[in-house]
Amino acid sequence: MGAALQSWPIIPTQQKLERPRSRLIAFPIAVLALLVLPVVAGLLGAALPAFGYLPVLGLEDFSLEPFVALVGAPGIGVSLALSLCAGLCTTTLAFLVVMGFVAAWHGTRVFRVFRRLIAPLLSVPHAAAAFGLAFLIAPSGLLMRALSPWPSGFARPPDWLIVHDPAGLAMTAGLVVKEIPFLFLMALAALPQVEAEPRLNMARALGYGRVAAFLFSVLPPLYAQLRLPIFAIIAYACSVVDVALILGPTTPAPLAVRILEWQADPDLSLRSLAAAGALAQFALASFAICLWLALEWLVARIGAKLMASGHRFRRDGLVRHLAGATMSLAAGLVLAGLATLALWSIAGFWAFPDIWPNALTFDTWRSVIATLGGPLDNALLIAGLSSVLAVVLALGALEYETRTGGTTTTRALVALYLPLLVPQIAFLFGLDMLLVSLRLDGWLLAVVLAHLVFVFPYVLLSLSQPWHALDPRYALIARSLGRSADAVFWRIRLPMLSRAIATATALGFAVSISLYLPTLLIGAGRWPTVTTEAVALSSGGDRRITAATALVQAFLPFLGFGLAAMLPALLFRRRAAMRAGG
Amino acid sequence: MSRIFAAVFALIFAATAHAESPDPENWEAVLAEAKGETVYFHAWGGETRINAYIAWAAGEVKERFGVTLKQVKVADTANVVSKIVAEKAAGRDENGTVDLVWINGENFVSLKEAGLLLDRPWATKLPNYRFVDEEGKPTVKTDFTVPTDGLEAPWGMAKLVFFYDTARLENPPKSMPALLEWAKANPGRFTYPQPPDFLGSTFLKQALYELAPDPEVLMQAADDETFARQTKPLFAFLDELHPLLWRQGRAFPQNYGTLRRLLADSEVDITFAFNPADASSAIAAHELPDTVRSYVPEAGSIANSHFLAIPFNANAKAGAMVVANFLMSPEAQARKQDPNVWGDPTVLDVDALPQEDRARFDALDLGVATLPPEDLGKALPEPHASWMERLETEWARRYRAGQ
Repeated sequence: MGAALQSWPIIPTQQKLERPRSRLIAFPIAVLALLVLPVVAGLLGAALPAFGYLPVLGLEDFSLEPFVALVGAPGIGVSLALSLCAGLCTTTLAFLVVMGFVAAWHGTRVFRVFRRLIAPLLSVPHAAAAFGLAFLIAPSGLLMRALSPWPSGFARPPDWLIVHDPAGLAMTAGLVVKEIPFLFLMALAALPQVEAEPRLNMARALGYGRVAAFLFSVLPPLYAQLRLPIFAIIAYACSVVDVALILGPTTPAPLAVRILEWQADPDLSLRSLAAAGALAQFALASFAICLWLALEWLVARIGAKLMASGHRFRRDGLVRHLAGATMSLAAGLVLAGLATLALWSIAGFWAFPDIWPNALTFDTWRSVIATLGGPLDNALLIAGLSSVLAVVLALGALEYETRTGGTTTTRALVALYLPLLVPQIAFLFGLDMLLVSLRLDGWLLAVVLAHLVFVFPYVLLSLSQPWHALDPRYALIARSLGRSADAVFWRIRLPMLSRAIATATALGFAVSISLYLPTLLIGAGRWPTVTTEAVALSSGGDRRITAATALVQAFLPFLGFGLAAMLPALLFRRRAAMRAGG
Repeated sequence: MSRIFAAVFALIFAATAHAESPDPENWEAVLAEAKGETVYFHAWGGETRINAYIAWAAGEVKERFGVTLKQVKVADTANVVSKIVAEKAAGRDENGTVDLVWINGENFVSLKEAGLLLDRPWATKLPNYRFVDEEGKPTVKTDFTVPTDGLEAPWGMAKLVFFYDTARLENPPKSMPALLEWAKANPGRFTYPQPPDFLGSTFLKQALYELAPDPEVLMQAADDETFARQTKPLFAFLDELHPLLWRQGRAFPQNYGTLRRLLADSEVDITFAFNPADASSAIAAHELPDTVRSYVPEAGSIANSHFLAIPFNANAKAGAMVVANFLMSPEAQARKQDPNVWGDPTVLDVDALPQEDRARFDALDLGVATLPPEDLGKALPEPHASWMERLETEWARRYRAGQ
C-alpha cells in the first residue's frame, strides 16, 4: 500500500530528472565518512592475513596456504556444521515461538505481562544467561540438586553430557532463550506500523481463528519489517563465542570458538589461519542467510496455498497454549538463571547436592563494587554518546531519504552491516591499526567511533523498517495543510515513531554496554567499563564474581529498556491510540 | 596497507623526536625520569586477589617514586599481544599504549622473536635483581627453555600441584600409571582442561615427563623421529585414559576456572593448578570446600616462572622499570606470597636475604591446603617450546574431532 502511494504524485518527466536536494545530505555523508573508513580498514585487516599477508609477522607473500591449513584443521567440517546449524535452528525456534506467541496472545493481559518482562530479559548479558542456564541444567546443577539425594538417589552428580553436548543442543537452547526477547522487542516496535487491530478484526469477522487471522493478515507486513533483525540473529548465532564457550560442544567446538583460539595462540603465525577462519565465518553467515531466504520463499508459497484454501483454522487452542507455554518456558529459564546468579553472588561455599549455599556473604559484592565506580561512569558515557549519535545519524539519513524520495541511501548503508558478519577479533585488528596510525586509539572519541561501528547497524535495523512502514499519507496531509518539511519531521514522524526511536536508542545503548574487545583494544585500556572489568574478572572462573559482575552489567541496559518502554507512554499520556500499540 | 598508514603517519608526525630508552645501570636517572610517569600495566584480571595486590603496589609506587600505576585488566594476554602487533604494524615505534605486560612462556617467545620487546637487557640490571635466586630457581633465566636475555623481569614462581578432596578420596594417585589405575576404578572423576589451554597442555607435558623413555631429550627441539619415539607411551596412556575421563572425554573443561568448579561441585575428585597456594586461596574465597588438600607427583612436577616485560614502544619505560623493580623487592615479594593476599611463590633466594627481609617470609602462614616449599618435590623444567607445539597439534589431530 505504501509503495503504491509513493508513486502516486504524477510528476512531469523534466522535473523527475532533477532530484530534490536537501541539506540533510550531510547526514548520510557523515555516516559514510564516520563509518566507511573504519569498516573498510576492519575488513581489510581481517582479510589480508587470510591470504598470507601480514608483513609485521614476516608474512609478505600472497598465498592460499591459510585456507589449505583451515581445510586441514581437525574436525573443521563438524565445526562449520555446528555453527550453521546453531544459526538456523536458533533463528527458526526463536521466530516460531515469538510469532506463535504474538499471534495467539496479542491484545491480551498475558501479552502485556510479557511486554513488561522484556527489559529484564534483554538486559541479562548473553554470557550470564548461558551461565545461569548451565547451572540450572548441569548434572551438578540446581534441578538435579532439587532431586538429589532423594528421589534421584544421587549422592554425587551423574556423569551425563548435558552441557557441552556434541550436537550443540544446550548451546542452541541458550541462544534461543536470549534471542526470543530481542525478536519480541523488534516485533513490538514494528506492530504499531502494521495496523494490526483493523486487520485482525477483519480477519476474525471473516471467521478465521485467532492464530490464523494473525498469520494471514498481520504476519506478512510484520515479517517484512523483521527481516533485518532476523538476519542479525542468524549472523549472531552463527558467530557467537561466549555462549558457545559456556554451553557449546568442545570436541570440536563451533567455528567462532576455534577462530578465537587460533587468534589467541601465542604462535603468531596462526593469525593467518585465524584470518582464513574469519573469512570462512563470513561466508558461513552469508550462506546461512541465503538458506533462510530460500526457506522464506518456501514458507511463503505454502502460506499462499493455505490462504487460498479458505480454511478458517478455528480450532487453534492447542497451538495457542503451546505458544504460551514455550514463551513462558524461555522467559522462565532466563529469569530462573537470573535468580540463581543473584544467589551465587552472595553464596558462601555451596556443595552438591545442597539446594541452598551453606552460608551467605557480601564479600563478593564488596570487592566488585570497590572496583566498578569509574568503569560505571565510563560505560554510561560511552554508551550514551554512541547510542544517541547513532540514532541522530540514522534519523537524519532516513529523513534525507524520505525527502529526496530515493532508497539508495539506506541500501548503501546496508554495507555497514558487514561488521556483524565478521568475527569481532579479526575485524578489530584492522580497525585498531587504522586508529593507531591516526594516533586516535586510547581517546574517548576513538572508543565512541569504534562502538558506533557496532551500534549503528543495530540502531538502523530496528529503526529503518518502522520508519518506512509509517503511512506516508500523514505527511502528505500535513504538507497539504501548509506545514514545512521540518515541521512534518518534528511534529508528525518523530512523535509517531517515538516508540521505535526509544527502542532503537535503548538497543544501541545495550549493544554498546556489551562490547568488550572494541573497548579494550581501541581504548587501549584507558576506558575501563563495567563490561571490560566483568569479562576480565569472570575469566578467573569464580561463579560468585561472574554472577555479581553479570548483574552489574545487566543493570544499565535494564534501565535503558525500562525507560524506553515507559517514555512513549509518559510523553503521550493524553493520546490513547499512541499509547496502546499492543 | 601498513606502508600507506606508515607514510601518512610519518607525514603528520614527522617532528616527533626519538627518545633514548633509560639505562637501569644509572638507577638515579631512571628514578628521576620515572617520576610523574603513568605506567599502563596490562595484566590478566581474573582474580580479585591479584587485582587488589596490584592496586596495593600502585599506592606504594605512587607514594615512594611518584609513578602512577594503572592496571589494564585483560581476560587473555593474547589481546595484549594483538595490541602490540597492531601498533608495530601501524608503524608506531614510540608512545605505545602498553608499558608493562604480565607474561611468560610462548607469549614471551613470540614477542621476543618478532622483535616486539624492549630490545636491550634491562631486567637483570634492576637493583633488586641481586636478590633473585638464579641458582635455585633456574626458570627465572630461561622461559620455556628460551633464555630471557634480561628482556623480562621475574615476578613469581609456578609449580604444578594436584588437589583432591579428602572427604571423598584418601590416597590420591601420585603418578600417571597410578592415575590410570585409579580412573579405572573411578570412571568419570578426572579430567583436564582442553589443550591448547596452558594448564591442559601442562598436564600433557607432565605426563610426557613421567612416561617418556628418555626425558633428557625433551630439553632439545623436537623432530619427527624424537617426537614419535618419546610420545608413543604418552598417547597410549591417553587413549586408555580418555574413555575413563569425565564425560568419557567427549567434552573437556575449557580452562582452570572451570576445572576448579568441577571439584567444588563433586563432579571430579582430583584437579591441578599452577599455583601451589591456589587451593588455600580458593578455600578462603568459598570456592572450594575446606577438606581440599594438595600433593605433588612422586617424580616431581613441571615448574616455571612468570615475568614482567616492556614492549619495544612503551611510553613510560623508566616508570615500567621502577614498577618491575619494586615488584621484585623483598617487601613486595613477601606480601605476594602471603596466601591471604595472593599466595604466589617468590622468585627471590629467601635464605640469602638480609635478616629483616627474611623475617617477612618466615612470618607467613601458607594456609592449610598449601605444601611448604620443602615438600613441593622436584622441579621439572619446561620442555623445549617445540614439544608443546607438537603435542598440541597431535592432540588436536587425535582427539579434537571427537571419537
